[in-house]
Formats: sequence, structure tokens, C-alpha cells
Amino acid sequence: MNYINSYAHIKNNSVYVNGEQVFTYDKNATVNTFLSEAYHAINLVYPKFHKMDTLCKLGLLCAEFALQNNHFINEHHLQKTAIILSNSSSSLETDKLYQHSISDKNNYFPSPTIFVYTLPNIIIGELAIKHKITGENAFFITEKFDANLLVDYCETILNHNATSAICGWVELNENSYEAIIFLVEKKYHPDKNSIFKPLNQQIVTQIYNQT
Amino acid sequence: MVFASHNNIISGLGFSTEENYQAVLNSKLAVKKTTLPFSKEEFCLATIDQTLLNNRFSNIDDPKHFTKLEQLSILSINEVITNSGINPSDEKTVLIYSTTKGNIDLLEKEKTSNIDKKRAYLFEFANVLKSHFNFKNNPIVLSNACISGILAIIIAKRFIEKGTYNHVIVCGGDIISEFTLSGFKSFNALSNEACRPFDKARVGINLGEAVSSILITNHKSLSKPYETQIISGFSANDANHISGPSRTGDGLLQCLNQLNITSTNHIGFISAHGTATVFNDEMESVAIERAHLTDIPVNSLKGYYGHTLGAAGVLETILSLESLKNQTLISSAGFKNKGVTGKISVIEQFEKKSFQSFIKTAAGFGGCNAAAFFSKI
Repeated sequence: MNYINSYAHIKNNSVYVNGEQVFTYDKNATVNTFLSEAYHAINLVYPKFHKMDTLCKLGLLCAEFALQNNHFINEHHLQKTAIILSNSSSSLETDKLYQHSISDKNNYFPSPTIFVYTLPNIIIGELAIKHKITGENAFFITEKFDANLLVDYCETILNHNATSAICGWVELNENSYEAIIFLVEKKYHPDKNSIFKPLNQQIVTQIYNQT
Repeated sequence: MVFASHNNIISGLGFSTEENYQAVLNSKLAVKKTTLPFSKEEFCLATIDQTLLNNRFSNIDDPKHFTKLEQLSILSINEVITNSGINPSDEKTVLIYSTTKGNIDLLEKEKTSNIDKKRAYLFEFANVLKSHFNFKNNPIVLSNACISGILAIIIAKRFIEKGTYNHVIVCGGDIISEFTLSGFKSFNALSNEACRPFDKARVGINLGEAVSSILITNHKSLSKPYETQIISGFSANDANHISGPSRTGDGLLQCLNQLNITSTNHIGFISAHGTATVFNDEMESVAIERAHLTDIPVNSLKGYYGHTLGAAGVLETILSLESLKNQTLISSAGFKNKGVTGKISVIEQFEKKSFQSFIKTAAGFGGCNAAAFFSKI
């Protein structure tokens, strides 16, 4: 049996942890302003954050909120923690920025620092570095949040070489953004902040729709 | 058991696996010095001729309505479906598409075509393939940098073992665009000459374009072409740097250690990632030595095809299956003098050899690594 131990959901300039709103900001603020405020709200000190593109900032912060006060990812689990993420727009917002930098032949400045963020799995890399997690990786692209795919795939790896997983959805497009990250584990890990729900399609869909 | 079966490779060396394997046996390189329409500079890369492609594709549909990557993918998947006889509308069959950038060329402003720009979204691109073949299930797109191809094969095996699917067509593809070319150039990662994996004189990669497809299945009756199963496969992250491999090869070592290899006796070769960058090849050699796999000869196919990104893991697995079927080691094009510190022996010439199995490795941006183990049944 696999369990959801905690989750964080970020959308409409608000952050929810295990279903409760923990931070909210001016609904008219830009995504970057909001993420910068949320970074301060969680008292994160991580200078690398400021170098990341918006998509990675969103993913990193969402995981930070989900992991906050949760101790199940300890050193014994780092090799056996998987990071499985998904979205519908890949890294297209950063892709467009990069494409713009090479669109004018007289003003041609391809930047390696932007180019490196033109892959969606860079979020996985950033999370792995931040938390020293070295387990399985996968980044899926689906039209909408796909609870079936995420739960099905998490189950396959939790049946094999993973004991826990950070999994979810980190989406940014020209009109909106949304991130939801679940911490799932093979066994129930007693922790005062744990929500302890079984990992299955119905529960994941219900959680996704409730906030 | 999960089998690696019917397949197809489309590259600058041909439109079928057979053509590609024969070309490689004759030491033909897909990479060559080329000037592209968007650049006055000459680059060493492997492209697929658009006129040749249009001619092939017009037997199936009107090329005007499809991007280059869509045409290549449809041709490639079509061959796997035709040769294997599987039914895409079956509820236990799915397509996993491995790509880094998909239809990224649709972002180019000057590009005027009647193709909807929304197909730059990878799920929209995959929907084109879904509706062309009438797949019942939504395709699963995997975009995990340069390990995407081999990781897609590993994921296919896992879904089949879990019982979610019986047949998975894994298709990997990427085209050469101004986007990827300028990006790798900005990283100083490109070689102006044919790339030289594991060689002392290696200076960087050649980009290549290719699309490759393979059927992964649990039906033994479909395993005929190779009678080869996927024994195991894993991915791992270095947790070290987003754009450079770990110097100590930790992530790849973690993958290799999990393959659970008890004896190297019957393993013919390791098909390495071998991009010909200074850091990747060094890292792989260190990981192979640390995994105690130094007895096994190593090759990289990047000297023939360049780095085909999302296609690489699929293409290199298919040619490794041909190598196993024909009991022939493929030489590592571009290699003369060993230029890595890890104790490895690089395959310098084609050689007949009796063997049972091989290992495929890969590594990519975002610190990701993967390895898989294939063996005769």
C-alpha cells in the first residue's frame, strides 16, 4: 500500500498545504511577483532560486511547501526517492524567450543560461540538487493533469526501486500557472503533519479538484 | 518477460533499420559538413533530406499538412505497426513518444505554413499521431532531456509488467532546428568536425536528426526478430549540476549497480551515450570502471549519427539489437586514441563475437542518467 503524506497546491496566487490556505497574495500580481513573495513567506534562503526560470521557481517552491515540516525524506531515502513530474506546456514559455533572442539576425544573442532551462526536466534537476535526491526521474507531458498516469507510474516505481516519490504537475503557460506536488511513500510514516491518505486515482483527483 | 521487438530507424543513412545497419557496417557517417538555410556558417551535422522525405511521405498523406517531425514519426511508427501487425485501437496498446523539443521549429516567426502553431505543444503534436493511427489511448509524451529514449523503453517495460499495457510502441524523435543548434553552440558544445567519442582529440558533439520506433511487448509470438528481452533498467539523478555531468559518475553508477549484473562473461558490449563532449565521456568511463564493468567493450554510435537527442536512446538500442542478432560488435566511429581516465576499452573495429546480452547507457541535462540491460531469451 502506498500513501500520500502531504501535498502543496499553488494556483491563483495562493498556496494550499494539505488543503489549507497558507499564503495568498494580490490576485492581480504577476506570477513572478507572487513567487518572489511566496519565497519570502516560507523563509527560504536559497540564492540559486533567483537564477531559475519561472517554471523551475514554481516547481521548487511548491515542493518546498509540500516538504515543509515533513521529515520523511531523510538521508536513508535519498537514493530511493523518485521525482515524477508532468505538465502540458513543457518549457514553452522559456522556449519563446530563447527563440526571441535568436529571431533578429542583427541582434543575435543566444544565451546558454536561458537555453539550459528549455527542457522541462530541469525542474527535476533543480529539486534533486536542492534536496540531494538521486532516485528515478521522469517528466511526462499530458494535455491536462492526469491522475491515472501519475498514480499508475508512481505505483510501478514504488513496487520496484523507490520507497518514496515527489510527484505532480508544474504548469506555466501564457495565460496561467498551476503546481501541485504530492509526497508519496510506500509506508505510512508517522508525522504530526502527515495527512496519511492512500495513493489512488480517486483520492488524487479529489485533492486536485478540492483546492 | 518483456521483449524488444519490431522497429524502424529513419536517419540520414536510410529509411529502415536494415539500411541503417548496413550503412554503419560500411562505416558510412550520417554526419557531414552542412550549411543550413538559417545560418551562413558551416556545421558538422546529420540531417534528413526534406525532398526525399516528401517523396516517401506522399505515399501516406499530403506532406503539406504535417511538420517534418510529424512526417518522420508517422513513417516510422507506420512501419512498426505494419511489420508487427499490432492494432493501435486496442485498449492495451499505447504510444510513448520521446522527444526533447518536438515541433520547436513552429516557434520560428518567419516560418509561414498552414500548420497550426499550437502543434508546438508536445501533447498537440502527439495528438496528430494519435488521430493518424487511431490509437485508443492518449499517447504518453516523455521529455526528459537526452535520456528520454532509453527511459521511454524502461517505462514501457514497467507499464507492461504492471499489466497496464501489453504493447507499447516507443517512438523517439527530434529535428535539427535553429533553436537547438544555436543553443548548443552558445554552450561551446559543438564540434566543427565529425565528433570523436572517447578520443583524446574530442571537442564536442555533432547534432543529428532521426526518428526511431520500437515495439516493446509481452507477446512472445511477436519477439521473433531478436528474441531479446529487457532484463532491467533504471534512471538516477546526479543531484549535482543542471548542465554538466557529475565528475564522479555517481548517477550513472547508481543505475549500473541496480542492473544486478552478476557476471560480465556473456555481455558483448556497452552502448554508451558517448556524446564526444569532454565531460560526458570522461564521466561515463569513470562510472563504468567504478561499476566493475571494465571487461566489457564500449562503443558510441554518435560518431555515425551525431547526437539525435530524443531519438538517441531508441536508435542506439535498435542498432545494438542488430549487433546482438548478427553477433557483431560495431566499431566506435571517430575513436583513435583513448582520451578518458576511466579504464574502458573502446571498440575500434567491427568484430564477430559470440555473446548473449548488452548494456545501454545515457545521460543528460538536468543531471539525469539511465541504463538498461538486454539479453537473449
